[in-house]
Amino acid sequence: MSLLVIADLRVAYGQIEALKGVSLTVAAGEVVAILGANGAGKTTLMRAISGLLPKTGGTIGFEGTDITRTNADRIVRLGIAQSPEGRRVFGTLTVAENLKLGGFTRPPREVPASVEAIYAMFPRLAERRAQFAGTLSGGEQQMLAIGRALVAKPKLLLLDEPSLGLAPIIIQSIFRSLRSIADTGVTILIVEQNARAALKLADRGYVLEVGRIIHQDSAGSLLASGQMQEAYLGRAAS
Amino acid sequence: MGTFVQQIVNGLTVGGIYALIALGYTMVYGVMRLINFAHGDLCILGAFVGLTMLTGSAGGGHPGAALLLLALVVSIIAIAGAGVLLERIAYRPLRKADRLAAVVSALGASLMIENGIMLIWGPQVHVFPSNLLPATTWHVAGATISFVQVMIILASLVLMAALYLFVNHTRFGTAIRAAAIDQDAARLMGINVNRVITSVFIIGPGLGAIGGLFIGIYYREAYFTMGWTYGLYAFIAAILGGIGNIPGAMLGGVLLGLFNAFAAGYVSSSWQDAITFGLLIVILLVRPTGLLGERVAEKV
Repeated sequence: MSLLVIADLRVAYGQIEALKGVSLTVAAGEVVAILGANGAGKTTLMRAISGLLPKTGGTIGFEGTDITRTNADRIVRLGIAQSPEGRRVFGTLTVAENLKLGGFTRPPREVPASVEAIYAMFPRLAERRAQFAGTLSGGEQQMLAIGRALVAKPKLLLLDEPSLGLAPIIIQSIFRSLRSIADTGVTILIVEQNARAALKLADRGYVLEVGRIIHQDSAGSLLASGQMQEAYLGRAAS
Repeated sequence: MGTFVQQIVNGLTVGGIYALIALGYTMVYGVMRLINFAHGDLCILGAFVGLTMLTGSAGGGHPGAALLLLALVVSIIAIAGAGVLLERIAYRPLRKADRLAAVVSALGASLMIENGIMLIWGPQVHVFPSNLLPATTWHVAGATISFVQVMIILASLVLMAALYLFVNHTRFGTAIRAAAIDQDAARLMGINVNRVITSVFIIGPGLGAIGGLFIGIYYREAYFTMGWTYGLYAFIAAILGGIGNIPGAMLGGVLLGLFNAFAAGYVSSSWQDAITFGLLIVILLVRPTGLLGERVAEKV
């Protein structure tokens, strides 16, 4: 059964339509990647799912419930957490406070154990727990953004460009962590410009181009496809 | 020596009041990036509500501490309610509009409250009863300290400490700070930002009502344009401390009160404002973001 069903979703900024009828599904336990160049509408899609943008058409269903017009804070309570583009950690709050806020919708008694689990996953965050999040390196901030979303114990984790602006070696380590998160059974919808890394993590992929899904396939086929190699994967690398 | 101690006490009294009112400006600005120009008028509305409670029910005898406490509670509830109403009517419909529209709305709300006070209570200066509190005074190091001063200083300190603990050490307080940093990121945590905004329009005007009533009790008067006078002082205190920063508003209020008192005590009360604001200009030239304001550049 599909956890997330998006049908003919449209989002516009004034006159400009950023999503022109996007349909996709994510099944429980799956990792799905959305690939596309800058301006394809990837971040718009993520913000729309989380309820941060009004929709001009179409529907979003989560576990059979229509959440097209549901408020952002309700959507978190239903089980969708997001690590947003640009990380958006609370810079003048400590690492520990950021993680605790991730569990804002959960019973306060259960939050400390989840925060400890994040420290175990990212020991760097444990060392810096009393530091202001704004003083962390880009990679550490990304770990914090992902960890913060996980403390919400989401059924669906949305990841918007987790590799953005990070050094290759940091990207590798982030994706290793994402692999182990996926292996615990968390359903993930990831948006990435780094198509190769995303497809290695994902089961399936969609290709988004100027507001439309133009292609979808299993991650393996997308990785192998000549067209994809040329457009998104960069031939020279392989 | 006597003058020095005296001005410290006077400054702390007035500074405590400024700080209570400044917190309302700074909390609303922190979450909404909006200067609530009607805040000073709300505070003075609090003084009038309190005054009505005090005079309306005093049967000539000693009103006493119990009545004063009752007046405070009623005034806090009334002004917090007015604050919530103000946000719903004057600011919420304009949240997505141009920022200038909200400023105009704030100024309009200020005029409406000010004139509303005049319509209800009249344009004359109202005198607060003199028998509210014991006339006890203490003589310390050549200075005279009154009961009212001690009460105001202690109450301001307790309230500021309570607010500080609430904002820094509770779940909802952390949510308020998060919403002040990044509203969308706060929404992604499951925080209902509308509820946070409502809460700052309860806490700010609630503390402001106490500040307004303290002004009435300390100076023993209330008049309908008082909101502008004291609102401006408190607003400047918030800027001095770094607007948006809660400990900054506390520090700014107390410092402004002390400047004021020392200028009045050592130079002349007619030069008090000129000297106070001169100092303020110097401080802001050195630290444009205020004493505790952040110097961080906007992150991309």
